Amino acid sequence: MSANSLFASAAALRARRLAQGRRMDRLFRLATVLFAWGVLLVLGAIIVVLLVQAWPAFSRFGFGFFTSTAWNPVTENYGAASSILGTLVTAFIAIALAVPISFGIALFLTELSPRWLRRPIGIAVELLAGIPSIIYGIWGLFIFAPWFADNVQWRISDTLGNLPAIGPLFQGPPIGLGWLVAGLVLTIMIIPFIAAVMRDVFDVVPTTLKESAYAMGSTRWEVMRHIVLPYTSVGVIGGIMLGLGRALGETMAVTFVVGNAHDIHASLFMPGNTIASTIANEFTEATTVPHRSALIALGLILFIITFVVLALAKFLLLQVERGQGQKA
Amino acid sequence: MHFSRLTKFATGASLAFMLGSVAHAASVKQITGAGSSFAYPLYSAWADQYAKQTGVQLNYQSIGSGGGIRAIKSRTVDFGATDAPLKEKDLKKHSLVQFPTAMGGVIPTINVPGVKPGQMVLSGPVLADIFMGKITQWNAPAIKQLNPGLNLPNMRITVVHRSDGSGTTFIFTNYLAKVSPAWKKEVGFGKAVNWPSSGNVGGKGNEGVAAYVNRIRGSIGYNEYAYVTQNHMNYADMINRAGQRVAPTAANFASAAANADWKHAPGYYLMLTDQPGAKSWPITGATFLLVPAKPAQPERTKAVLKFFDWGYTQGRSIAEKLDYIPMPESVVKMIEATWHQDIHPTIWK
Repeated sequence: MSANSLFASAAALRARRLAQGRRMDRLFRLATVLFAWGVLLVLGAIIVVLLVQAWPAFSRFGFGFFTSTAWNPVTENYGAASSILGTLVTAFIAIALAVPISFGIALFLTELSPRWLRRPIGIAVELLAGIPSIIYGIWGLFIFAPWFADNVQWRISDTLGNLPAIGPLFQGPPIGLGWLVAGLVLTIMIIPFIAAVMRDVFDVVPTTLKESAYAMGSTRWEVMRHIVLPYTSVGVIGGIMLGLGRALGETMAVTFVVGNAHDIHASLFMPGNTIASTIANEFTEATTVPHRSALIALGLILFIITFVVLALAKFLLLQVERGQGQKA
Repeated sequence: MHFSRLTKFATGASLAFMLGSVAHAASVKQITGAGSSFAYPLYSAWADQYAKQTGVQLNYQSIGSGGGIRAIKSRTVDFGATDAPLKEKDLKKHSLVQFPTAMGGVIPTINVPGVKPGQMVLSGPVLADIFMGKITQWNAPAIKQLNPGLNLPNMRITVVHRSDGSGTTFIFTNYLAKVSPAWKKEVGFGKAVNWPSSGNVGGKGNEGVAAYVNRIRGSIGYNEYAYVTQNHMNYADMINRAGQRVAPTAANFASAAANADWKHAPGYYLMLTDQPGAKSWPITGATFLLVPAKPAQPERTKAVLKFFDWGYTQGRSIAEKLDYIPMPESVVKMIEATWHQDIHPTIWK
C-alpha cells in the first residue's frame, strides 16, 4: 500500500468519524432540547389542569375568593384570604429569622471555625435538611409548642404585648400554636438549605481577594461584608429563594403546629392556617365540586405566589449583576 | 320475601356450592374496599380472622370517607365505606345500596383542672353554646347550674376541633344541630364546618385533638370512644334527650342504636344522634357501607356481603374488643333483608 492511499484512507476515516460525531452532536442537542421543553410542557400542563379544575370556584366566587375569609363547607362558601395571609406571614417569619442565622452558620464554617470542627458542624447542618417534615411536625406539636407556650409565650405577651403599636401582634392565649410557632418550625427546617448554599458559595471566593483585603487591614466583618457577600450575592440570593420556596409550600410540619383555624387575627399567637395546610387537611374529605374546586384554586394561588416570588428573585439578581457590571 | 335469615343463608350456601363446582369464576379470593379511617381498625381485624377461616382476603384502603364514596361511585372498588351516610337521592343516582356496619360514640373530652373523668356533666345546648363561643368561661352560670357540686375554675375555655374533614365531626355537629337551633342556623353540620368561636384550635385527626386537649388547660374537644378509652382521656358525661345523665359506655351507645327508628329511614340514612331512650348516649354514630345495587361482577359483591355477614355474627367479639359497638341483632336482620330486596337478584343466583 502506497503512502498516498494510506493518507487517503486515514482522511476518509477521519471524515467518517467527524460525520458520526456531528450526528451524535445533533442527536444530543435534540435530546437536551426535548428535556428542556419537557419542563415547560409539564409546567404548562400543570397550570392548565389547575385552571380547569379551579374554574368552578373562581366563576362562583369571583374576585371575592381572594379577599373573603369565609370557609364554610356546609353552605359551600369559600374564600382564600386567611390561607394566603397565613402562608405569607409564616414564610416571612421563617425567612426573616433563617437568613441571619444561616449567614452566621456559613460565616462561621468558612471563616472562623477551626478546621477540625468544620466537618462535624457541616454534616450536622446537612442532616437537619434530611429529616422528613412530618418529624418536624410531631416534634413541633409534642415538644416545641408546649415548651414555647409554658416558657416563652407568656413572657412575650406580658412584655411586648403591652407595647402600643406592636402589642396586638403578641397577645393571645398561651397555647403554643399559631403563626409564630409555625414560622419558628419553618425557620429550623429551611436553615440547612440556606446555610449549605451560603457555605458552598462562600467557599469559592478566591483566597487572593480575601487576603488582599486582610492585607489592607480589613476586619473579618469588613471582608465578609465588602468582599465575600458582593462576590457571592447571586448564590446567596439563590439559597434564600430555595429556602423561601420550601417555606411557602411546606405542608405537614405546618399543619401540625399552625392551629388550623380559618381566621385572620392581628396576633401571631393565634391559630391560623396556610394554603398547604388547608389542602392537606381537607382534600381527602372534599366530596362536593365547590369544595374540591376551592382547594385546587388554593393550589393554583400557591403556584402563582411561588412563581411571582421566583420571578422577583430573578429580577433582583439581574439588578445585582448589572450593579456589579457598572462597578467593574 | 319472608324467609328467615337462616333458610336464606342455607339456600344461598347450597346454591353457591352447586354453582361453585360448575362456574369457577364464582370463587373470589380477594375483595377490595376503601374509605372511612374510623372503620379501618375494625375491618382490618375482621379481615385478618376472616382470611384465616375462609382464605378470602380483604384489601382495604383507609383513605377517608370522601375517598371511599368517590371510589365506589367510579366502581374502582367492591365497596366504599363512609361515616357520613349518603342521602337516598344520591344512592339512587349512583345506584348504590347503603347499610350501617358498626357504631361508635363521640365524647366531649375536657381538660379542666380539678375535674376528674366523668365528674362533669354537660347538656346538648350548653355544649353547643361552648363550641359557638357563647359560653367562654368554665365557671359560667350555665355550666355551674348543671354541676352544682363541682368546683369550677375561673378559666377561659379553648375549643379544640378536628381540622381535617372527618366523620367524627359529622356526628358531633349533627348532634349540636339537633339540640341547638342557633347552631343549626349559624353553623349546620358536615364533615368540616365553619367553626364559629374565635381563638379555637384545630387538630389533625383524633390524635391531634387529643394532643391539644391534653395539653391546653381549660380546653374542650371531641374524640371517638375508642380513642378516649385507650388513651385514658378526661371526658364529660352528657344529658340525653330523655333528660337523663348518661356516661359514654358501650351499652349506652347500643341503646341509641336499638331505640333508633331504622324502619323509617330510607337507605339507612339515619343519624344515631339525640335518640330516645333513658340510657341512650346522645352523640352516637354508625359507620356505613356502600355497594353497587346492580353489580357488574355479582360474585364480588356477594363476597363483600358474605364478609360483612360474618362480621355481624362472628365478628362481634372482635368489634367489642376494639371498642366498637356491634349493630344490634334486630338491626342486622333488617339489613340482611335489605340486601335481598335492594341488590339486583343476579347475585343470589
